Order: sequence, then C-alpha cells, then structure tokens
Amino acid sequence: MRANRSGRIVARAWLGAGFVFLYLPIVALVLYSFNDSPIPNVWAGFTLKWYAALPGDREIISGLWLSLQIAFFTACGSVVMGTLAAFALVKYKRFGGRTLFNGMVNAPLVMPEVIVGLSLLLMLVSVQRALGFPERGMLTIWLGHLLLGMAYATVVVQARLQDLNPQLEEAAMDLGARPWQVFTLVTLPMIAQALLSAWLLTFTLSLDDVVLSAFLSGPGSTTMPLVIFSRARLGLNPSVNAVATLIVLVVTVGTVIASLAIARAERRRALDIAAAARGG
Amino acid sequence: MKRLTALLAWLLRGRTAVIGMPYVWLLVFFLLPFLIVLKISVSESEGVQFKDVLTLKDGVFQLVIKLSNYVFITEDDLYFKTYLSSIKYAAVTTVLCLAIGYPFAYFMARAKPTIQPALLMLVMLPFWTSFLLRVYAWKGLLTENGWVAELLTLFGVDHLLLGAGLIPALGKYMNSPFSLVIGMVYTYLPFMILPLYGNLAKMDLRLLEAAADLGATPWVAFWKVTVPLSKAGIIAGSMLVFIPCVGEFVIPELLGGPQTLMIGRVLWDEFFSNNDWPMASTVAVTMILLILVPLAVFNRYQAKSTEARR
Repeated sequence: MRANRSGRIVARAWLGAGFVFLYLPIVALVLYSFNDSPIPNVWAGFTLKWYAALPGDREIISGLWLSLQIAFFTACGSVVMGTLAAFALVKYKRFGGRTLFNGMVNAPLVMPEVIVGLSLLLMLVSVQRALGFPERGMLTIWLGHLLLGMAYATVVVQARLQDLNPQLEEAAMDLGARPWQVFTLVTLPMIAQALLSAWLLTFTLSLDDVVLSAFLSGPGSTTMPLVIFSRARLGLNPSVNAVATLIVLVVTVGTVIASLAIARAERRRALDIAAAARGG
Repeated sequence: MKRLTALLAWLLRGRTAVIGMPYVWLLVFFLLPFLIVLKISVSESEGVQFKDVLTLKDGVFQLVIKLSNYVFITEDDLYFKTYLSSIKYAAVTTVLCLAIGYPFAYFMARAKPTIQPALLMLVMLPFWTSFLLRVYAWKGLLTENGWVAELLTLFGVDHLLLGAGLIPALGKYMNSPFSLVIGMVYTYLPFMILPLYGNLAKMDLRLLEAAADLGATPWVAFWKVTVPLSKAGIIAGSMLVFIPCVGEFVIPELLGGPQTLMIGRVLWDEFFSNNDWPMASTVAVTMILLILVPLAVFNRYQAKSTEARR
C-alpha cells in the first residue's frame, strides 16, 4: 500500500488517542490506589495502607471467595454447553427449529441483563413455590451466569470449528475411528485453544457480573462485584481502587501468559502440520 | 416395546444429544422465563402470590388477563419519556462508537500485519478487566479535581457542554447526560471495534487497487468500496452497542443523574424498591418489544456471517 505520510500520522494519532481513552481509567485506578488521601482525587503521597486493610475486609474476602467459586463452575459449564451448541450449529446444518436455536444462543450476548435477570428470577421463584427449591444463592447465580457464559463460549468455539479442515475428521473416520474417538483424538486437540480462551473469557465475565447476581443472589450470597457496586454507588472509595489494581494485575499477567502459551502452541502445530505435509 | 427401544436408540444417538442438550437447556432457562414474565405482567396479584391467568372453574376455562399495567405505562407520561430517553442515549452512544470505532478499526486493519495481533490484544485487554471497576474509575476522572474534569475545564469545554445543556453547571461533569454518554461509549467501544476490525481485516485490498486503476481517488474508493463491503460489520457492531445500551443499568446508576432517565433503572426500582413484580414484568415486556426489531436484525446478520465463513 502506498500510504502517504500525513495519512500515516492521522492513523497513528487516532489509534493513540483511542488507546489513551481505553486505558486512562485503568491507569487512574492503579495510581490512586497508592494515594494516602482518603479522597482519591487529591494526591497526598504514596501509601500501601489500602492494600494492608484488604485482608481484614471480611465483606470483600468472603465476596471474592464466593465469586471465584461461581466463576470456576460457570466457566466449566459454559465451555461444555457452548461446545455442544457450537457443534450443533456447525455440524448439523438442518434440524427442526434451528433458527430458534440460533436465536436463543445469540440473544443473551446483547439482551439487557436486567431482562434476563428478572425473568430467570421470576421463573426460579415459581419453581421454588412449587417444589420448595432452589433457594436463592450460589446455585441460582451460577444458573444465570451459565446462560450468559454459554452464549460467549458458543461464539468462540463456533469460530474455531468453522475454520477446521473437515477432511481431517473424515480421514479419521475412514481409518475406522468411532465418532467419539474422532472427537477426543482429532477434534478436541484442534479446538483446545479455543476452549481455553472460552474458559478464561467466561471466568472473567462471571467474576465481573453485577446485574444478574443482584437479581439471583439471596441473603448471605453477596458476590464481590455486588460489594464493590454498593460501595461505588455511595461514592469514591479507596478500598475499591486497591481491589481494582489487584484485579488488573492478575488479569494482565494471566492474559499475557495465556496468549504466549497459545501463540507457542500455534507455532508448534503449524510446524507439525508442515512436517506432516512434507511426509514427516 | 419395539417403539420404546427405537425411542431409546434415537435419544442415545450422538446427534440428538449434541443438539438436544443445549436446546432443552435454552428452552427451559431462556425462553420459558420470558413466557413467565409475560404471564406475570398480565396476572392479578394478591400480595406476593399471582393468580393463574388460565383457570378451570365449574368445567369452564377462564382466561383472566389484567392489562391495567400496560394501560398505566402507556398513559403515564414519565414512562413514555423514559423509553424515549433510553432510545436517545442508546442511539447517541451507537453513533459516537461508530464515529470513533470505524476509523480506529480501519487503521488497525491497515497497520503492519506484524503489529496487528498486539493492537487486537490491546483492544481486548480492557474487556477482560472488570467492567464495573472501569466505569467506577470514570467517576473519579470526572468529579471535581479529576484529571479529565480539569483538562476539560482548562480548554473551556465546559462552556460548550453547558451551552448544549449536557452538564448542570460550569466545571461540574458528573451525574449528567455528558458523564453517562462518556461511560457508555467507553464501555461499548470495543464491541464496535472488534466486529468492524474482523470485517475490515478480511477485505480483499486488490479491490481498492482496481478502483484506483479505474480512476477513483482514495476518498471515493473508501466510500464506494470499503464502506459498503463493511456493512455487515457496521450492523453487527451497532446492534452489539445499541441493544444492551437501551437496558443498561450499572452505567446510569454510577454515572447518570436525575436528568438521565433510563428504562433499565426504572425496571430495577420497580423490582427492588417498590417490590412491584407485575409492574417490573410489564416494563421488561415493553423493553423487549422496543429491542425486538434490532434483535432480529442482529440475529440475521450473526447467522449469515457465521454461515458465510465456511
């Protein structure tokens, strides 16, 4: 491309400004978490006292533990259900009610969460009146998160499945592999990275959710975002900045490690394929 | 017996299980709840108990539908205003996201191939860190003494914003239409950029060379070739921004003010403050009606784009 110089400058400036916009709030959160003043906006010197106070903050710690448990089970469930749904959509081009199925898989991606939360809660309340369970708590929050996580997992796995070369699976079948063997020996290793990204994505999604959790939680099941939200509603709070910084740190390190691992696996796979194509 | 084994065999077939499990799950936990909301919105309530809409009495089915909630919503001025303002804020957010996000995605897609994965990563990284905390951070940036607030005041932008009626007073940015829109654009910008980038990165650049050979200036080629080819990305991105924005709750709650009426907040208040479940259900049903058309458009393009990739 023969891009002229001024065009390149505009492109760089636009991208730069965009990234400043995206990262400014995160930088501000991190910096102010080290601020000695209780008013986060007025700099009064460096301190670690907000971090020191966190382990003693019962509300945050118990909320974090609950959120981590829910996020773990959400991620596992979402990957299983999302993979099934993605398989159904990619492998079977025709079945009864496919359009409805496709719509139901995609709708939670955009559906306002207040609607999903309210409707799921009202249904669970009806069920509870009839059967006496489930009580509102971890299980009901998990159900809500699973609904959302499944939609995201489906999109991620679906994209990968569509890029797969169907001939590999056909070759395995020609060589006498049972459908289950084809899946575990051929398909699964090829979509493993997509499953990992889907797992991480749905984990963070669940760890972050406010609205669904608010509708579906019961007494004694306050997740960490609910604690943060109720504090943030009241105003600026230094303890929230400290929690935010820790989350940013964990996510950044985790994402970098995961993407490096994925890139490495991708390169090795490409080499393997090239070697196999040469007749290994 | 034979039929039973045939049924069992059908149930155990891989295809049935693969399609059936997620299908049934979604029917039970996604579709059925909506029907229940619809039912509750029209049912007579006695305290916290709802009467059944359809009852069998003396051998006759009786269908009792209470429409008073819907009548109330259409007659009440405040509800109407809230719907209108939710759509307005969602539309403004979508347009701004497109105006910022399209050039962004375009420049990303035309950057050196070696740095594109890094740029993509940088767009996605904020998406992985807590959305709640990032919205909360804007509260700090826009209150008095906040970085962005001071910068805007320095350049006199507050005069402009006050003139447009977007902020309550000079130097005060929080709890205004301005802070709400900033928060929504900020949150949903990656949802606009990612589908647009996916679309623009796949474009065949030879088409632009062909346009240039045929005498089109780069500007003309952009409007006549690039933009029409990225239509699917524009629509997908716009729907990904517009639909959730209509029902957004967390951002108006943290950054909005008394002026910024949003329907998601009304639903929340009807449910959590007034404990009026039928009314909350009615608001939910009307909100679904509001986003039904965009939702259908989104689903069509989503289905089309995934089928087309094969």
